[in-house]
Parts: sequence; C-alpha cells; structure tokens
Amino acid sequence: MKPIKELNPQFLESTENKKHLIDYLLGVADNYLILGQRLGELCGHGPNLEPDIALTNISLDMLGQVRSFYQYIAQLRGDKSTEDDIAFLRKEREYKNVLLVEQPNTDFGYVIVRQFFFDVYNRMFLGALQQSADETLRALAFKGIKEASYHERFSGDWLKRLGDGTEESKTRVQQAVNDLWIYTDELFHTTNADDAMIAAGVAPDMLQLKEYYYEKVGELLSTATLEIPEVEYFQKGGKEGLHSEHMGYILTEMQYMQRAYPDSKW
Amino acid sequence: MSEAEIKNLEVQFDAKIARDEKIEPKDWMPEKYRKTHIRQISQHAHSEIVGMLPEGNWITRAPSLRRKVALLAKVQDEAGHGLYLYSACETLGITREQLYEDLHSGKAKYSSIFNYPTMTWADMGAIGWLVDGAAIINQVPLCSTSFGPYARAMVRVCKEESFHQRQGYEIMLSLCNGSEEQKEMAQDALNRWWWPSLMMLGPTDAASTHTEQSMKWKLKRKTNDELRQQFIDQTVPQAELLGLTIPDPDLKWNDEKGSYDFGEIDWDEFWQVVKGHGPMNKKRLDDRRNAWNNGAWVREAATAYAAKQKLKKEETAQAV
Ligand SMILES: [Fe+2]
Ligand SMILES: [Fe+2]
Ligand SMILES: [Fe+2]
Repeated sequence: MKPIKELNPQFLESTENKKHLIDYLLGVADNYLILGQRLGELCGHGPNLEPDIALTNISLDMLGQVRSFYQYIAQLRGDKSTEDDIAFLRKEREYKNVLLVEQPNTDFGYVIVRQFFFDVYNRMFLGALQQSADETLRALAFKGIKEASYHERFSGDWLKRLGDGTEESKTRVQQAVNDLWIYTDELFHTTNADDAMIAAGVAPDMLQLKEYYYEKVGELLSTATLEIPEVEYFQKGGKEGLHSEHMGYILTEMQYMQRAYPDSKW
Repeated sequence: MSEAEIKNLEVQFDAKIARDEKIEPKDWMPEKYRKTHIRQISQHAHSEIVGMLPEGNWITRAPSLRRKVALLAKVQDEAGHGLYLYSACETLGITREQLYEDLHSGKAKYSSIFNYPTMTWADMGAIGWLVDGAAIINQVPLCSTSFGPYARAMVRVCKEESFHQRQGYEIMLSLCNGSEEQKEMAQDALNRWWWPSLMMLGPTDAASTHTEQSMKWKLKRKTNDELRQQFIDQTVPQAELLGLTIPDPDLKWNDEKGSYDFGEIDWDEFWQVVKGHGPMNKKRLDDRRNAWNNGAWVREAATAYAAKQKLKKEETAQAV
C-alpha cells in the first residue's frame, strides 16, 4: 500500500521528532507486551487443549510484534539499548500501554472479551498503519495484519459461543463485557507524541475510526445476544503512564530476573 | 467366536507384528493389546500436559524476550503432543473426557519427573537438556512401534523433542558462559534434576513388570537399564563440555565395558513420588483439575452453541 504522505527525509534529524516517534512506538508496542504477558500466564491452564494452544499462539504473535517494535526503537535511540532493556528495565510510569490490556485473567470470559476489544482495534490499526509515512512501520503493519485478523476471528467466535451458549456463559460473559467496556474508549486517546506523529503521517488518526470500531464491536455483541453497556464515564491513563494497581505486579514478575541479575546474558 | 478361532486370530496378529506391519484401529486386536495401549498412550499424553506446568511456571519470568518466546513455544509444543497422543488413544475407543477423568482421580499415572518443582531459571535449561533428553531415549524406539497411530504420533513428537533438548542445552550453555552466579545456578539445577532424570528411564529390570510382552508388541526395544546406560553415556560428555559436575561420586568411565559405572539410585524416593508423595504431586493434579473444572462452563457453552447453530441450519434447509 502507498503511504498517505511522504516523510520528509530530515524528519528524524530533529531530536523532538525522534522523541515523539519513540514515545508513539512505545504506546503501540507496550500493549502487545502486556497483553502477551497476560496471555502467557494462562499457558497450560486453558479450558481445553485447543483454546489453550490458540491463546498461546496469540501470546506468541503479540511478543513477536513487540520485539520488532522494540528493536526499531533501539535502532532509533542509537545507543546501546536492546529490546530487553526496553521491555524489562523501565519503571511503572514509563510504560504506555492502555489500561485494557493489563486487566487480569478473571475467567475465560474476561480473557475473550479483553482480547476481542483489543483485536478489533488492533486489526483496524494495523490496516491503517500500512499507509504510514514511515517505511519500517508500513512493513511491520503488513507483517502483522494477517495474524491480527485471525485473532479477531478467534476472539469474536468465542464471544458468540459464550454469549449464545448457556445461561451461565451468557451471564458470565455479559459481566465481563460490562466490566471491561469502560476501558475501550482509551484506545482512541492520543498523547502529544501521538498527535505529532499523526500530523506527520507516521501514525494513523484512529479517532476517525472510532465510530466504525464501536459499530463493529456492537454488531458482534448483538450477534452474540449480548447487551451493549451504557456507561457515563470511561477510564483512562495508561497511555500517560497512569496505570491500575495490577501493573506493579505484572512488572514485578516480568522484571524479576533482570532486576535480580543485572547486566547478565541469558 | 470359539476359543480356537480367537487363538487363530491371535496367531495371525502376532505374525503381522513380527513382519513389522502396523496394527490399525479397525484391525482385530486382542483385548489385552487394546488395554495396554490405552494405558501407555494415555499415560504418555498425560505426561505431556502435566509437563506443561513446571515449565509454564517460568513463562512470565523468563529473563529475555527471546527466551520468553522460545519457552512459550516449547510449552505449546507439549500441548500439541498431548493433543496427538489423546487423538491416537481415542482411536482405541475411549474419549478424551474419560482419560482426563482417570488422570484427575489419580487412577492414571504420568511421568514422575514433573512432580519436582522448578525453582530457578536454570531449571528451564536442565529440563530441556535432561528431561527432554531422557524422553527422547524412551521414545525414539516408539516411532516404529506396532500400533500405527501411536507410531505416527511419535515421529512428530520426537522431532520436536530433539529441538527442545537442544534449546535446553543452549540455555545451560549461556548460563555456564555467564557470571559465577549463573554458573552456580546451572550446577544447582543439574544437581537437582540428575537423579530424577535417571529414574525417568523406569525401575531397574529386576523390578519391572511386563517387559517381555512389551518387547513383542514393540512398545519396548531395550530394557530400562539399557536405556539408562545409554542416557548416562550420552549425557556425561555434554556435562563436561558445560564444565558442570554430575552429582554422583561413583560415576566413573569403565574401559572394559566401554561405558560409565554409576552410583546407586534412590529407589525409595522413586516409589515415594510414583505413589503420589513427591514435592509437587498434589499441586500438579490440583492445577489440572482446576483448569478442567473452571473450564466446564466454557466447554458447555461451546457445545450448546454448536447445537443451536446446527438446529438453525436444519431449519433454514427445511424452509427452502
Ligand atoms: Fe513433548
Ligand atoms: Fe514426551
Ligand atoms: Fe519436549
């Protein structure tokens, strides 16, 4: 696909632009990291072998994406930092993932709803990113789009099974929808860095796709015979580094080895 | 069928195996063959999925993204092995649900090695290197076993197990090339996993039952003691290459027999763990039961949804 804009070759020579690009990329990639980590907790504990294998696959795809993004960030930084420094050596406030992906694996219903809310967004995002003015991002989007559509189909199919399955599954998954709905709006928030990248044509303007997102999600929820929650207030903050109380525990576990054995090779 | 007719079928059956032909699920087979195979294949399948737990324990703490991805993929492979093996077992006329029930009730066994805890990251190396290593020695002969679905499953499984073993050894190698602390971690893991790995090859020949029958059906090619010797002879040089010490003061090369002599295995410990009293037996079974019980509503939903969809299809077909 063609970029919507050509990137000015001097663009990255500005320190400010570069910093914005890095912050923007962290905002994208940290979602993959934290969701991949959350899904990793489930490996071996699924309701049956097939969904266990499928969720592990999604976790693997998320981690694959995150490595590509962090490697790109490391390259932009031009210092000695590696993908692992970026993944493991930041403090709570420096992670820029949305609150949705750090929500716990309360039960299989929550796992599927969290995944579906993210997958619909992610597929739209990668679709739009294929027109980024940045060549590396175009390539990453192109690489990721196929698996993203697969994820969306997987979580959407399960949402239908759970919604239109038994009384119990319907009650449970509706509860998950109600609880997680308040985290969907944040997906469309932009930081200053995001705005700068949108202006430069590097980042897609996801706000334009927001209506379409809720249409898609709503459509599937009604096929799944589930209700669309009506809420007055949404939660936000993750993208600015203001996380839930879960985040500290995720990081404690994830960073344990790197913190206990600094500067080691594994 | 008369007794003479059955006898005749059995003679033909044995001859078929002796000619190295495969027995397929639809073929006639003695009841004992069927039962033995259900027991062995399901035990193997259970080992794969219980085996996901000790390594799954380190996924969230893996020390680098590369290692996290590799570990996830490995544990996922074990789930795949479980899947092929349960499917092979199902061809013998038993369901996966029944097999799980036997696992959860404690009636069915799985490999005892998974009843030890994974305390440090080095255990991910030691398990790949030693446990997958011992599994390969046990399993390669099964690639040409007499029951077709089992043999074919094992061909796929063994390919992936050797990959796991190399990956585990590579984890050990990185540790041994690392800091003093990392090397100590590797040595400690070897100390803890060495003896249980030797026990994985099964009780000593004197104490092992139905070996003769298993030989005839090609469920076994070599005795447990022969396999154990093979494992030791193959592993000692690998430990030397890592610069690690095998925790056995009696281990010594024997020029005359062309293999290593080794110390006494603590068979009391072996039987304690087999009988369900190892450090992690309870936790492993609890984890499996919880995953299954907590997933009941999900499986029920899937079944109910599929039934509704089927009904809808039939109704549309009738309306046309
Ligand atoms: Fe395996
Ligand atoms: Fe195995
Ligand atoms: Fe393995």
